[in-house]
Amino acid sequence: MRARLDPNALKSRRRCCAGLLALGLPSAWAQFRVEISGVGATQLPVAVARFRDEDKAGPNAAISAIIRADLERSGQFRNLDVAAALDETSQPALGEWRNRGADALLTGSVSRLADGRWDVRYKLWDVVKGQELGGQSLAVVTADLRLAAHRVADAVYERLTGDKGVFATRIAYVTRAANRFTLRITDADGEGGQVALSSVEPIISPAWSPDGRELAYVSFEQQKAAVWLQDVASGQRRVLANFRGSNSAPTWSPDGRQLVLSLSRDGGTQLFSIGRDGSGLKRLTQSSAIDTEATYAPDGRTIYFVSDRGGGPQIYRMPANGGNAERVSFTGAYNISPAVAPDGRTLAYIARLGGGTFRLHTMELSNGASGAGGNILALSDTNEDESPSFAPNGKLIIYASRAQGRDVLMTSTLDGRIKTRLLSSGLDVREPVWGPYNR
Amino acid sequence: MKRLSSALAMLAIAALAAGCSSPVKLEEKTDVPIESRSPTPAGGPSATGAGSAGAAQSQVTAISVDKPAAAAVARIVYFDYDSYVVKDEFRPLIESNAKRMAANRSLRASIEGHTDERGGREYNLALGQKRSEAVLRAMTLLGVTDSQLEAVSFGKERPSVQGSDEASFARNRRAELKDK
Repeated sequence: MRARLDPNALKSRRRCCAGLLALGLPSAWAQFRVEISGVGATQLPVAVARFRDEDKAGPNAAISAIIRADLERSGQFRNLDVAAALDETSQPALGEWRNRGADALLTGSVSRLADGRWDVRYKLWDVVKGQELGGQSLAVVTADLRLAAHRVADAVYERLTGDKGVFATRIAYVTRAANRFTLRITDADGEGGQVALSSVEPIISPAWSPDGRELAYVSFEQQKAAVWLQDVASGQRRVLANFRGSNSAPTWSPDGRQLVLSLSRDGGTQLFSIGRDGSGLKRLTQSSAIDTEATYAPDGRTIYFVSDRGGGPQIYRMPANGGNAERVSFTGAYNISPAVAPDGRTLAYIARLGGGTFRLHTMELSNGASGAGGNILALSDTNEDESPSFAPNGKLIIYASRAQGRDVLMTSTLDGRIKTRLLSSGLDVREPVWGPYNR
Repeated sequence: MKRLSSALAMLAIAALAAGCSSPVKLEEKTDVPIESRSPTPAGGPSATGAGSAGAAQSQVTAISVDKPAAAAVARIVYFDYDSYVVKDEFRPLIESNAKRMAANRSLRASIEGHTDERGGREYNLALGQKRSEAVLRAMTLLGVTDSQLEAVSFGKERPSVQGSDEASFARNRRAELKDK
């Protein structure tokens, strides 16, 4: 199972290894079924014991199941079966766990506090070294039990991999059922859904503010594309841009003070920057072509965007305040929807491979003067990929695709080896965007 | 053939419009379809309940079409794949609409550009905008003032027909003229 895999070999490998798992989470409002496919280069075997009394907190709070699903979905862990009854106060026989092949063991408990909240406690053990890796106690209201589980999973992930976890972050996406479009905010696993906006007209291109408090998006509710800003906690919303023509493709500067939009107010589709309070509109591009889908590099100094100034749509970059643009994508005739990794070193985008095949790719970004990126990798084997967005730790990309006649959400590791598919019943799901750490 | 299909589209729109004239007060239209929500605590049952209530409301206002009377003049221009050129066969359509609007400066219209389903949403939005702006230019050359028209785009978000075959694609690559 530790063999290195070519992404192209994934499909057959998946079949023969039966690596397609359905994790049926016992959540009353589970919106998604998560399917995991592929095999990681290395997967840490981890044993997550049932948290003592976790069932007392209700059906929505299978803490250990949520943690197991989170770890599995990251592609970096393999869950081992645990029958033993343990909690954070137990002194587990680590030698036994070593014999069962576990590298780490997580134990814990859930108990009710006098004020009605829940105390979620855990302890993590390094089975190989035979030592404790720490534990914690989280006091949460019933509604935040899922969040508590994600936070424990984040702690485990960080302790064992050295990277920050993203299980407690949120994603936003749009669902379509019949003629109703709904902008939803959920946990990163697609569960715990909250409705931000519901409309009979399309909603596209949601974008999180860097502080996680606001969503910008494009709504067609006024029979044209306008950019709205909405406070996530209160639901209060206002129009940011509704100029003559189309207003679309919002993206936030890393400092959260301004956004770049695509506006057709002067004819054509061009990039403009605007303050988050609507002030200081400034045109950034001056081309007779389409310039759209802007996204900031993490340092805030460069904007990547899509332009068809050279014929077909390609990815370019330019200084954040406008100026000379240099072409970044050179392979293929159609490359769109750029997303820059949090470390600025990888560009995710969608490439058309002839006909109707649109596939998620990544490109290494060079730091040198030359615009051309290096090392291109096709991450998927699906044909209708859209809208890639990086997790804040840069380890996963979420994107939209199609499967079984439906719009679905996928996540992929950066090497393309581990995919998850978030399946929802009877809904088209699209336009995913991964929120920041803050929530 | 093109004219026949345009005529069919008009009939379909008229039929939709007729079907749409349910006993709903027009004033309600503006408020009903949009519901902004503050998130309820994670996954509370109220979120689900309210969501489905919203879906029930949508039945009333889901379809937006011109008044049947306005369908007397053809108002849809179809485009070739990857093209923004208004084809000669649509010149009469452009001319009759331009004449109508040039004769009455109080008339206002939106031109809505659309694409087929292939490709990214934002890029298609920009492509649809190119189509609506091409029709706008053609009409202003015939005497309609710029202030009478607004070119907008729905990209691939509002297909006229469902389907992933070339015939469906061709029906969806269009610009529609709509009175304001």
